Amino acid sequence: MIRRILVTVLISVFWCGQLFAEDETAAGIQEYRDLLSDGNPAELWVLSGEELWFTSVGPKGASLETCDLGKGPGVVRGAYVELPRYFSDVKKVMDLEQRLIHCRMAIQGFSYLDVTSYPFTKRGQETSEIEILVAFVASESRGMHMNIPLEHAEEQKMFDLGEQIFYFRAGSHDFGCITCHSGDNRRIRLQELPNFRNQDQARKTYGSWPAYRVSAGEVRTMQHRLYDCFRQQRFPEAIYGNDMITALIMFLAKSADGGVYNAPAMKR
Amino acid sequence: MKISPLSLGFIAITLMFGLKGANASEDINPEFKDLLKEGLRTKGSVQLERFLSLDATQNFCSDSNVNVNSAEAGQLMSKALQQIQYPAGSSYLGDWKEGERIAQSGKGLRFNDTNDTENGGNCYACHQIRKDELAYGTLGPSLYQYGKLRGYSDEVLRYTWAKIFNPQAFLMCSNMPRYGHNGILTVEQMRNILALLLDPQSPVNE
Repeated sequence: MIRRILVTVLISVFWCGQLFAEDETAAGIQEYRDLLSDGNPAELWVLSGEELWFTSVGPKGASLETCDLGKGPGVVRGAYVELPRYFSDVKKVMDLEQRLIHCRMAIQGFSYLDVTSYPFTKRGQETSEIEILVAFVASESRGMHMNIPLEHAEEQKMFDLGEQIFYFRAGSHDFGCITCHSGDNRRIRLQELPNFRNQDQARKTYGSWPAYRVSAGEVRTMQHRLYDCFRQQRFPEAIYGNDMITALIMFLAKSADGGVYNAPAMKR
Repeated sequence: MKISPLSLGFIAITLMFGLKGANASEDINPEFKDLLKEGLRTKGSVQLERFLSLDATQNFCSDSNVNVNSAEAGQLMSKALQQIQYPAGSSYLGDWKEGERIAQSGKGLRFNDTNDTENGGNCYACHQIRKDELAYGTLGPSLYQYGKLRGYSDEVLRYTWAKIFNPQAFLMCSNMPRYGHNGILTVEQMRNILALLLDPQSPVNE
């Protein structure tokens, strides 16, 4: 109920913003963001994720305290700003969500289906466990710098593939990532579009995901952001936790290298 | 007539290039193709197969170092221009009110749409059109007062039709979809869009 009232108020503020004249529209949106900056509901997801991280669950009755996100077993602080990365135990590059899938299977004994069948919370239904875990892990890198050195050959390979995806134009509409994210000061309707070929914009944007989406009333992960981009691009459905998305995340993360990470943020 | 070895070679090369240019689809590299095959699945009306071999324009424009002023770009643009189909009897203008509805709609051809979904043009996503619609995008130029500024001549009608049918004929690697060439909109829908832009009675031309 509280969330519904909150969302109604936020949307009202947003739509008031749309009544402004053209050059005032952007200012209106910024004002709305400023109004909200004090209380980001994502903090609730972070707390739930932290609780789940330390709770013993699954067939093996284990917590995730021994999960190695790249900085050693159980080290969460600073893990997100160095992902995706190569993991020698599985001999592949993984993003956070792939790594969480791996840990939940290997340490907690869940099946692949258990941990991948409900990645994105549906309206009015239970919250996805992966979303709260991602919110928690991401929050533990707040204020740190993105650090993607691409030292391993497999990391470089994933970056190169991700770059190809970024420029890949296909389907009924010839759309690709590049269609919306290669120019400055562009909008779709009222939504401003970051230019991922501009380092400052890439840093600011990548550093704000995952994010609490006011329109969804949920925290959405990077995998979800890209899933929905592909839908709008008229691409086929992206399969959750797949290497294709990880390759693209690698390209985007590297584009944001050196930027200050500041998520989970709050978005429209 | 005597044919020299040199001219035979010339003919062979011309044929090779001619055939390359005529290819409807071009294969993408195997490693990238495998990544797409594992990462994407057919859903609704969006078929994975369509993404595993691109047409010549998509293939050309998917290069991160694309040169849109190259000779190859020129050839692709000429071919696109030749393939434009104009409406029967040069009947360009439909109903601007319907055109406005199509311009507002972003539905169709996404994996969550069905085959029954009527495709929109989603013009407002990228263009300013009517003055009273403030929620417009800026990926494309403003089309407000499109006809009032350009006039309503046959040349303007014909050009505007062609631009919507296949923008790649005028600007290589344009961000704009090929609404006619790729069958996104029907001839009737494009006539309605044209009316929105070029009917003197349309609010666009107030």
